[in-house]
Amino acid sequence: MEKTQNNRAWFLVLPVLVIVAFSAVIPLMTVVNYSVNDTFGSNDFFWNGLGWFEEIVSSERMHSALGRQVLFSAIILSIEVPLGIFVALNMPKKGFWASFCLVLMSLPLLIPFNVVGTIWQIFGRVDIGLLGHTLAAIGVKYNYTNDALDAWVTIIAMDVWHWTSLVALLCYAGLQSIPQAYYQAARIDQASRWSVFRFIELPKMSGVLLIAVLLRFMDSFMIYTEPFVLTGGGPGNSTTFLSIDLVKMAIGQFDLGPAAAFSIMYFLVILLVSWVFYTVMTTLDKAETK
Amino acid sequence: MKSRSSAIVMTVYLLFLLIPIYWLVNMSLKTNEEITSTFSIFPNHLTFANFATILTDPAWYMGYVNSMIYVVMNTVISITVALPAAYAFSRYSFMGDKHLFFWLLTNRMSPPAVFALPFFQLYSSIGLFDTHIAVALAHCLFNVPLAVWILEGFMRGVPKEIDETAYIDGYSFPRFFIRIFMPLVASGIGVAAFFCFMFSWVELLLSRTLTSVNAKSIAATMTRTVSASGMDWGVLAAAGVLTIVPGALVIYFVRNYIAKGFALGRV
Repeated sequence: MEKTQNNRAWFLVLPVLVIVAFSAVIPLMTVVNYSVNDTFGSNDFFWNGLGWFEEIVSSERMHSALGRQVLFSAIILSIEVPLGIFVALNMPKKGFWASFCLVLMSLPLLIPFNVVGTIWQIFGRVDIGLLGHTLAAIGVKYNYTNDALDAWVTIIAMDVWHWTSLVALLCYAGLQSIPQAYYQAARIDQASRWSVFRFIELPKMSGVLLIAVLLRFMDSFMIYTEPFVLTGGGPGNSTTFLSIDLVKMAIGQFDLGPAAAFSIMYFLVILLVSWVFYTVMTTLDKAETK
Repeated sequence: MKSRSSAIVMTVYLLFLLIPIYWLVNMSLKTNEEITSTFSIFPNHLTFANFATILTDPAWYMGYVNSMIYVVMNTVISITVALPAAYAFSRYSFMGDKHLFFWLLTNRMSPPAVFALPFFQLYSSIGLFDTHIAVALAHCLFNVPLAVWILEGFMRGVPKEIDETAYIDGYSFPRFFIRIFMPLVASGIGVAAFFCFMFSWVELLLSRTLTSVNAKSIAATMTRTVSASGMDWGVLAAAGVLTIVPGALVIYFVRNYIAKGFALGRV
């Protein structure tokens, strides 16, 4: 759509600006302020320059948390995206069963994050959980509370359970927008199922798939509540992801300076990825309207 | 043949989604002795005592009331401020609009953990700590951008000629906006409201940081009970089941728009 040039539109945006500035800019400035100061309590601050940043960048603790975080996001994406596409391809196209699947699949998305943790906590426990109990019954040694690998498997299963539907729903919406004529043309050409997927469905889904991948990346990169409830970051530090570590540092130990420096770098990483996301998306938008 | 294999895939997937939820419901209908002593797929002694505990103990049910209050406040605030802004983004180009739009997106993507401590200090210093409005305002951080994005997506679909015709007919801007434009994007407003409601409802970190007693959310109530008084599995499961109910109720109405909402209005 052609847009009118009108700078008075700023007045319409003003309320949003005020409210988001209040809840984003002011807190962010506080963080910046902490990150360059040190304190011995009682509101006595003195300038520390980039000291905290240097400390964080070279700290072992950050490296391992970042490593775990990247590994986690990578595993999550490599499972959820193909699985989501696969599920979307198998969903009924219309009618009662389509609505039925849509509603049931959306259910995990709308469960409070801490309840997701609780569900899997209850589900996975060896003494009372269906999963833990079944695994024990068939002779698999499984205990997510003191085995690091089991904790990882449980958290990944939980995240796949929680978010695969999002990828599937987005892909489904993308598939719905493909006109029937494309499929008919493919049938006339006697295209195989694979080439229909590769040359018709995948390109048509690319836009929504991009959104799905990036949403999943962001949300898995800042995951906090579910592992916090399920494992509390343990056993040991094996499931301590960036957000969990940050909250531990800021609110548990009240290490304001390092926590703030950490926050800012964390935020910058997210910002960078968001920017790439936004640029790719707007370019695609433009290419489509041309 | 093809449709049968599809049906099998979907059945397996849906079972995978539903079994953990079923287990939660199953737990909530058992007594604690039964949970810890025996293992059964169905409750042997069906009991609603866990639900009764929650619905009669103010420490529990006030959690739901508090959550509801701040979630509704947040939804109203978010939609009210997002409506004119989304209109501006969808109709006009103005100085810095693209940067502003991107800046809004970054707020949706910023980790709440970064903001937890500054929020705590900000709201403590202006005397809003442990009030509903504090949580409602804090959740605006990610809900306002979300609402703007979703509404913008829906508003783009309304032809601009409608605006022009209304102005020619002598409508003033506020009157046009409320009487003509808002009914046209009603479904978009519904979807945006639904998503604000949902994301505010599922969020734990900020609501837990910003409340202690008077405005304590149900999510915080649940985690604190876990850490404080040993494990009351039955009641915990019942509380979990009750938090799923609001989502399960409204989801039916937005089922066809849910993908569009998650895609930030761009499917």
